[in-house]
This record gives sequence, C-alpha cells and structure tokens, in this order.
Amino acid sequence: MADFEIKDLRASVEGRQILKGVSLSIAKGEVHAVMGPNGSGKSTLSHTLMGHPGYAVDGGEVLFKGQNVLALEPDARARLGMFLAFQYPVVVPGISMANFLRTALNSKRGYDGKDKSKQVTPKEFRSMLKGELEVLHMDDSFLPRYINDGFSGGEKKRAEILQMAMLKPEIAILDETDSGLDIDSIKFVAEAVNRMRGPELGILIITHYTRVLEFIKPDFVHVLVDGKFVLSGGPEVADRLEKTGYSEWGKEETAQPQEVA
Amino acid sequence: MATVPKVEVGTDYKEKYGFFVPEEYVFKAKRGLNPDIVKEISWMKQEPEWMTKMRLRSLEIFRKKPMPTWGADLSVIDFENIFYYLKASDKQSKTWEDLPPDIKATYDRLGVPEAERKFLAGVSAQYESEVVYHSLQEELTKKGVIFTDTDSALRDHPDLFKEYFGTVIPPADNKFSALNTAVWSGGSFIYVPKGVRVDIPLQAYFRINAENMGQFERTLIICDEGSFVHYIEGCTAPIYTTDSLHSAVVEIIVKKNARCRYTTIQNWSTNVFNLVTKRAMAYGDATMEWVDGNLGSQITMKYPSVYLMEPGAKGDVLSVAFAGKGQHQDAGGKMIHVAPNTTSTITSKSISKGGGRTSYRGHIKIYPGANNCKSFVKCDALLLDDESRSDTYPYNDVDAENVTLGHEATVSKVSDEQLFYLMSRGIARAEAETMIVNGFIEPFTKELPLEYAVELNRLIQLEMEGSVG
Ligand SMILES: Nc1ncnc2c1ncn2[C@@H]1O[C@H](COP(=O)(O)OP(=O)(O)O)[C@@H](O)[C@H]1O
Ligand SMILES: [Mg+2]
Repeated sequence: MADFEIKDLRASVEGRQILKGVSLSIAKGEVHAVMGPNGSGKSTLSHTLMGHPGYAVDGGEVLFKGQNVLALEPDARARLGMFLAFQYPVVVPGISMANFLRTALNSKRGYDGKDKSKQVTPKEFRSMLKGELEVLHMDDSFLPRYINDGFSGGEKKRAEILQMAMLKPEIAILDETDSGLDIDSIKFVAEAVNRMRGPELGILIITHYTRVLEFIKPDFVHVLVDGKFVLSGGPEVADRLEKTGYSEWGKEETAQPQEVA
Repeated sequence: MATVPKVEVGTDYKEKYGFFVPEEYVFKAKRGLNPDIVKEISWMKQEPEWMTKMRLRSLEIFRKKPMPTWGADLSVIDFENIFYYLKASDKQSKTWEDLPPDIKATYDRLGVPEAERKFLAGVSAQYESEVVYHSLQEELTKKGVIFTDTDSALRDHPDLFKEYFGTVIPPADNKFSALNTAVWSGGSFIYVPKGVRVDIPLQAYFRINAENMGQFERTLIICDEGSFVHYIEGCTAPIYTTDSLHSAVVEIIVKKNARCRYTTIQNWSTNVFNLVTKRAMAYGDATMEWVDGNLGSQITMKYPSVYLMEPGAKGDVLSVAFAGKGQHQDAGGKMIHVAPNTTSTITSKSISKGGGRTSYRGHIKIYPGANNCKSFVKCDALLLDDESRSDTYPYNDVDAENVTLGHEATVSKVSDEQLFYLMSRGIARAEAETMIVNGFIEPFTKELPLEYAVELNRLIQLEMEGSVG
C-alpha cells in the first residue's frame, strides 16, 4: 500500500505549466528514482512537493498520512515527516549549522520553547551528530560555520544528508544530491543514505545520471520528460538510459556524467 | 520622604516585559527649564562654582540654538514639560545587598544573570537620573583605575575632571549637548592609567522610570597611553503615557597606543526621544570602537564619532538599529580624519518592520594634509514588509591625497529562498524569520559578551512576535 501518493500533480512557475500531470506512489521501504534531462521539471516536482511558494499547484493531490499535504505550509510538511535535500542548498548568513540543526530538531519534535521534555539535550545532540558526521566523512569544524556559507559543492550536499540523518524523515526527496560530487563524495553520501534505508523510510531520489544508482539501488525508476513520466519500471530502466541517454524522447543528453578532465 | 507619584504604565509594557516596579522619589525638581532650576540642580549636588557657571552658560546656548531640522522630526518635544532632576534614593549603596529591593527586582526581571553580577567590576546602575549603586572592585582600585558615577568623580577627582570635561564635546557643539551640559546628572566616569588593561568589561545598567522625565547622563572616559578598557551600557525601559526625553553625552579620550571599546544596547520604550552625542578623540596608534545597538525609542538620533587626531589612529563604528511601528532610528557614524595614515570603518545594519523607519546618516571627513587615510562604510538594511522604510545619507568631505574611500550599501528583504529552506526543516515561519533577522545582525551580535548576545536575540524575538500574519 502506498504511504505517499502523488496524484496527477500539475504545477507551474511564473505562469508556465511545468508539471503536466505526475502520478507516483511510494510505500515506505521503497526507493524510487526519478530521472530526467535538464529542465524536465525534476526540481519543480521536488519544490512543489515541499511547498515552495514560487510554485503554483494547478491540480492534483499529494497524500501522506491521510492528509493532502498541498494544503500545508512547508514547515508542517517537514514535521509530518517529509524531507527535501536541495539541489542548490541555500546560504543563510549569521546562523551556525549547529544552531540550525538544533532548532530544526526541536521543531520536528514539537518543542515550542515550553515543554522542556521535548527539547533535545546537548548530550543527545552531540552523540547523534557524532555518528552521522563520521559516516559522511565530515568533522566538527563545520558546525560553527554559517548555513552553507562558503561550503564547497560537496560540503553542501553532505550537509543536506546530515540534516536528513538528524531529522529522520519518513519520506525523503533527494534532488540531484549526486550532481557535482566526485566519486568519493557520492560513495559517502550513498553510504549514509543506505544506512537510513529501511521499512520506515520511503526515498525519492531525483537524478540526471545513472551513476548514483549504482550505489543506491532503486526499486523503481521513472523517467520525467517535459513534465510527464514517459517511462516507469524497475532498475532495468536505468540500464536502458545508461546506454541510450534521453535520445528516445528527443533529448540529446546522455545519462552519464561528462568525465571531468 | 516624598510621596510616591502615581505613574501610569502602558499596558503594552507589562505584557512585553512582564514587570513594572513602583518607585519612591526623594527629590523631584519642578517641571520645566530655567536658570533657577539649573542652579538648584547644581546646588543640590554641591558642585563647585565653575560647574554651576558652565551649566548656566550651556543653558543660554541651548536656548539660542535652533532645533535641528535635518534629521528626524523633533518638533513634538516639549522642554517645559520635563522634570530635569530626580533622585531615586538619598544615599548611595555600597554593595549589591544594600540596593533598594525594587531596583533589585527590576534587574532580576531584566534577567541580568547572576554569574554576570559577580563579574561586574563595579556596578554603576543608574536609577532615575542619578547613580544609586556603585561598588568598585578591589583589583581595579589597585591598578589605579577610577570607575565611578560622574557626580562622584566631580567631587572626588576635581582636577582630572576639570581637565577633560567638555573638551571632546563642548556645550556649543549642538543643541542637545548644550542641554545635557546644563542639566546633566549621573553617568559613568572612567579613568584608566597608563599601560593598564582592564580585562573584564565594565558595565552599567540604567533605565528611566518616571513620567515625563528626562535623562541627561554624562559619561567621560579617559584611556591613558597604552591602556585598554571595554565599557558596556545596556538598558530597557518601561512604556509611559507621555513622551520622554533621553539626551546623553559621552566623551572619550583615547591616548597614544590605547584602545577603548564602548558597547551599548539600548531598548528605550517607544515613547522615548533618544538624542545622544557620542564622540571620541583617538591619538597616535590608538583605537576607538563604538558598538552600538538601538532597538527601542520613538526617535533615536545617534552618530557615534571618532576624531582621528594623530597618525595610526583607528576608528570603528558597528551599529544595529531596529525600527518597528511608529519608530524612527536615525543612526550612523562620523569619522573625522584630522591626521594622515588614519583608518576608519563604519558598519551599519538596520531592520525596519511594521512601517518603521531607519536612516543611516554618516559623515567621513578627511582634512587637508591627512593623506593616506582609509575609510570604509558598509550599510545593510533589511525591510520586513512593504510599509517600512530605509534611507542612507552618506556625506564625504575629502580634502587630502591618496585616500581610499569605500562605500557599500544594500537594501534587502527576508529572502523567500532562505525562509523556504529553514521552513522545509520544520521550523515555523515566525521562528525562521527571527532566525534570519538574528543572522543578519550576527556580525554585531558576535562582538557582544555572551549574555548580551543572548539578550539581544531575545529582544529581537520579542520585537518580531506578531510581525508575521
Ligand atoms: N524559479 C523558477 N523561475 C523560473 N523558471 C523556472 C523556475 N524553476 C524552474 N523553472 C523552469 O521550469 C523548467 C523546469 O525546471 P526544473 O524543474 O528546475 O528542471 P530540472 O530540475 O529537471 O532541471 C525549466 O524550463 C526552468 O527554466
Ligand atoms: Mg533540478
């Protein structure tokens, strides 16, 4: 049974319809990959699912835990158990990563400044962090840094996965977490994600390239072209794309990253 | 003992800060301003004749000078409807325990932390318009540091006092410095001898707490050669039913190779007119740093300045202003490069909300012959909604050669992308906005001692509450 259900979702940006009816059911424990060429609407999908105010929903439903999440503010979606790892994590100056993580964790637990029993203790916070930092090959030194400020591409993406590990979502959307990462970083990120895999987590992994799927094996693969799924199937879909890229749908892009010289 | 006047408190205040403490006045001068009142103040304080004369002369200057019209609208101030002198208790307390309980209660509610009190080198807590509590840490005395209230300094260190008082900001400087010199009362006096470093910040808490009273404290700091001191003033005040005037003067002399930092967090109630003149003279290779945060008041006009008198002198202003509904924060800084090879920076951060208005007003002057000077000004304004407003008025006068002058100004809104990012982690909109605002002023906050940083973040949170629909 589907735990997270996207039904005929249509969304537009600045008056232009980008998502033209997307349907997808995810059960917890499953990993779904959405693949598509540049501009096909992958980030529009991830932003619309998370409630970015710049993306207008023109139709459809997204159901999670019996609620239509499209009616909720982004923070309520997150507290319900959704998580988005951003393709382009946002820089927020003046707020340390540590403060951000702690505040997010407290919010997730419903701590509103009153009921101290819901508040994460410094000890708990540190021990949670410690394990996750190791897996991601990160060290403490990034905690006092401002949110994504001056982070390298790889640091930003790892920091996204760290947030996911701390917040323990039930539905995680990873938007091109692999893009711009070297192979080692992809492995660290994949290891961290694989550790979280389990019956309590459904994953939607959005990618342009098949490579990350060698490390995070998907159960289902969907191909998004021009705002619609044009093909859905098992892992074999990724193999097909690996060979022919997006040419069957008139797009010249390959599904393999250009080797960096 | 005089009877307690009935003080009306704005209901807002109670909700916002959760306390109000009734008080007892020992002496309260009549409303209004004339030579007799000025003489009475001076007589009450048993001042030397030169001070009485200086006060009277200043009163004349005050009367002659027109109201400044180039800044915020000050026309509503009624100088005849102000008490010019109040005294909260008739004797000075020697220790914290001796403090009148209602004053202690006030500090408790303000959350002045216990640990911090221990650190207080000498608390100079101005209650009403005169310092009632003062205790000097032994160590400081041993080092020859004088940290006292300004009235006591005039009495106990008359020569030192007379040598410097009014030399940085003469009465004729502006209308409000004239007023302050005529009716000043309280404030802090600090002298740091040659080569002495005061490692812990010296702090003062004060507030105004009577209807229609003015606060005219006067602070004088002398850092002798090679010395260092960090002075902190911070306050928060009740809201009254009628307007209140706060017009302080702060004079600082930083001699050769010395460094002085003066930190302020002011959160006057929103009916206060806060018109403050702050100026420092920095001599050879000396450093003067103003760290200035203005959250409250109806109108603030404050432009801390540094006169860079000899080569190698350095001046810094780092300021934050928050203007909510009905508030106008007109703040900035002035750097006067008198000598060559001097440097200055002004960093101004402002936040406007609910129709509030902030202005940055700055003046960089580089005198003829003051070659090879560097000055950099950066002002960033954050507007939280469409009704709010921010302006910059930078003035530069450069008459020297080989000068490096930089100016950067930005006006921005809370970014949707940042807000979405924080909210996508489960953080509610209001809290996310507060975080972004606190992040915006972090360059300022990180210069504060921890307790103040925490308090400032809390004040911003209070200011932000209800700002999001
Ligand atoms: N914030 C935006 N403003 C304007 N156009 C946008 C915005 N986001 C996406 N688009 C447009 O929508 C289309 C799909 O973009 P996007 O969803 O980012 O694709 P993908 O993530 O698959 O590369 C593109 O044509 C892009 O230009
Ligand atoms: Mg994208």
